[in-house]
Amino acid sequence: METKNIMIVGVGGQGTLLTSRILGGIALHADYDVKLSEVHGMAQRGGSVVTYVRYGEKVAEPIVEEGQADVLIAFERLEAKRYAHFLKKDGVIIVNDQRMDPITVVTGAAEYPEGIIEELSAKYKVYSVDAMAEAKKLGNSRVFNIIVLGVAAQHMDYSKEDWLEVIEKTVPPKTVDINKKAFEVGYTLA
Amino acid sequence: MEKKIMLGNEAIARGAWEAGVKVSSAYPGTPSTEISESLVPYDEIYAEWAPNEKVATEVAIGACISGVRSMCCMKHVGVNVAADPLYTMSYGGVNAGMVLVAADDPGLYSSQNEQDTRAVARAAHVPVLQPSDSQEAKDFMKYAFELSEKYDTPVILRTTTRLSHSQGLVTLEDRVVPEDKSYERNPAKFVMMPGNAKGRHVYVEQRELAMSENGADMPINRMEMGDRSIGIITCGIEYQYVKEVLPNASILKLGMVNPLPKQMILDFASQVDELYVVEELDPIIEEQVRSWGIPCYGKEIFTVQGEYSANLLRKAILHQELELDTPSQVPARPPILCPGCPHRSVYSVLKKLGIHAAGDIGCYTLGAVAPLNVVDTTICMGASISSLHGMEKAKGKDYIKKWVAVIGDSTFMHTGINSLMNMVYNKATGTVMILDNSTTGMTGHQDHAATGKTLKGEPTYAINIYQLCKAIGIEHVVEVNAFDIKELERIVKEETQRDAISVIITKSPCVLLKGTVFPNKCVPVPEKCKKCGLCLKPGCPALTKNEDGTISIDETMCNGCGLCKQLCNFGAIEEVAK
Repeated sequence: METKNIMIVGVGGQGTLLTSRILGGIALHADYDVKLSEVHGMAQRGGSVVTYVRYGEKVAEPIVEEGQADVLIAFERLEAKRYAHFLKKDGVIIVNDQRMDPITVVTGAAEYPEGIIEELSAKYKVYSVDAMAEAKKLGNSRVFNIIVLGVAAQHMDYSKEDWLEVIEKTVPPKTVDINKKAFEVGYTLA
Repeated sequence: MEKKIMLGNEAIARGAWEAGVKVSSAYPGTPSTEISESLVPYDEIYAEWAPNEKVATEVAIGACISGVRSMCCMKHVGVNVAADPLYTMSYGGVNAGMVLVAADDPGLYSSQNEQDTRAVARAAHVPVLQPSDSQEAKDFMKYAFELSEKYDTPVILRTTTRLSHSQGLVTLEDRVVPEDKSYERNPAKFVMMPGNAKGRHVYVEQRELAMSENGADMPINRMEMGDRSIGIITCGIEYQYVKEVLPNASILKLGMVNPLPKQMILDFASQVDELYVVEELDPIIEEQVRSWGIPCYGKEIFTVQGEYSANLLRKAILHQELELDTPSQVPARPPILCPGCPHRSVYSVLKKLGIHAAGDIGCYTLGAVAPLNVVDTTICMGASISSLHGMEKAKGKDYIKKWVAVIGDSTFMHTGINSLMNMVYNKATGTVMILDNSTTGMTGHQDHAATGKTLKGEPTYAINIYQLCKAIGIEHVVEVNAFDIKELERIVKEETQRDAISVIITKSPCVLLKGTVFPNKCVPVPEKCKKCGLCLKPGCPALTKNEDGTISIDETMCNGCGLCKQLCNFGAIEEVAK
């Protein structure tokens, strides 16, 4: 198979690293070659963060470049817009329909763009989900990222059972049940 | 054999363990930090945080002289701090193997410059190995110890942010501990006074020549011959971009990037029509290749700045016009201080008083940007205090009354204390603020000499910063809660006017540290709000202004520090139990 390119984008602190670990774990589980690339350090402090995941027969570079992403998983609307040009022509965006104002908007130096989902939908295949609301229904707003991952899972090459097995192995033991539930919610929404 | 998915940094730690390393010392610094953290589970390795990179390197040197394999780890700018022992260690050589891991940061993800460690290594005549993925990170680490012992030299393993923070599959192997080397007194080798060093300098030159000549036989340097119309010399993560774009080209992949295997390069160059050198940052390989009379393409078609990519090579080598969508114009999202960060509280006071801050390296560097705009300078670890001192000596004690130095607790222990001793010694005046959040924050919460815990998580003596400042002769040392802004304002006013040195230690743990929990959260009371916007001034990301001028507080983001409540003169923000 051709190498598959996934990007996870969001705001530092939203849990992009945990999501990428699950994506790495499942590729390994399926016996693919896999590489991931993450951002640590200063950029994590509430800044725009991006994680790349690539899997296939043999993977060379660990990053996804402009025009190459098959799936863009965005934990925040503005970040979906920021990285949309990384998608292939037939690429898919999974976006958590949440707004988080960057400091440039808070201070009035910039304006948060309106109509992001509509604009992206005109050009790409977009699946929008209010994962925060779904997570609150489950009683834990922190698992919104796994709900988003559940939606995205429909666009990758693994079975639901594989996902649940890898989630169980990857997340902290105390949070296995809630994360599995969150995944199921996303998987069903898709 | 078991395969595991590992960060480059985890693989480096694994390689050290498999190579039989027994001692490691390091100071945290992105992108090198996870190497030491990944050593923690290996009980066979003594691993520590040192106060700075010079100390860490000297600890590793001592261990290696005594006869066990040792290592030290640091980011690229840490190599500058470690340069003093490194340059001379190059002369002395080793007893058991010693490796210095240096992590460069092309693209400046979390650094103050984009320097290339290979340039330092060339000057110090120390060999450098550079892996291209996690598997090689582990394998090269083991090979580095072999080379170190074979050629009697410290070896630098150079990684970059992209390699350190990428994950890939690694085949795990067992730990093989070589027998400890016996220690024999050898002043000609380990006492570097002029007479001895003269002889060692001759050895260093011979060693470098021998490594260059033997380079073709090292398995980490290899030719992958394919289409000979294009030949590429490359190393590190750049190799992956080359493979992505030109899977059939002829490639000379260098695992040893200093010294260069000259004959191997000459042979390769003679077999290809056009030669390209693909290396991030400085033209270290390119300039040497050109100096041997070999024409090649290099920095004139690539760049000395930032990271490379497959697309960059597609444009520069293949002249491909890539049909890419234009990136959207969207508001920037730069990093900011977290909600509940004690630094924001301190800066809100300094901003109100119109005070300039000579800054330092840490999360608190973010006080330089809007809306805080308090920090005027950031150079390197410890420079806040010494540059403040320079300003006072240049412009006098009244000038300095509108300035403070701000430095974190970990950075103060790193090199700040030296600068403070200089102030005492040279009869300075001026106010130094130590922003004590009980951790090394920006790199992800590492312990240090004043936190009471070792890298391995064991309890230890916590050096008392207050007592330390007192002990070096500073009379006016005052501790204050970083969130008590009224008291802090009073103290800053008083101390900055004093014709003496004073140290203000603002104490409040990093809000992300385990155990730092504010009992309450902040909620707006819209009917009391006068829409003055004072609460918004410090730029807490949990607060947003509504269209009618009142504010909202995002309950998932608010950590309940209460700074906004303190700033409000109208009681329009309340604290309620979480």
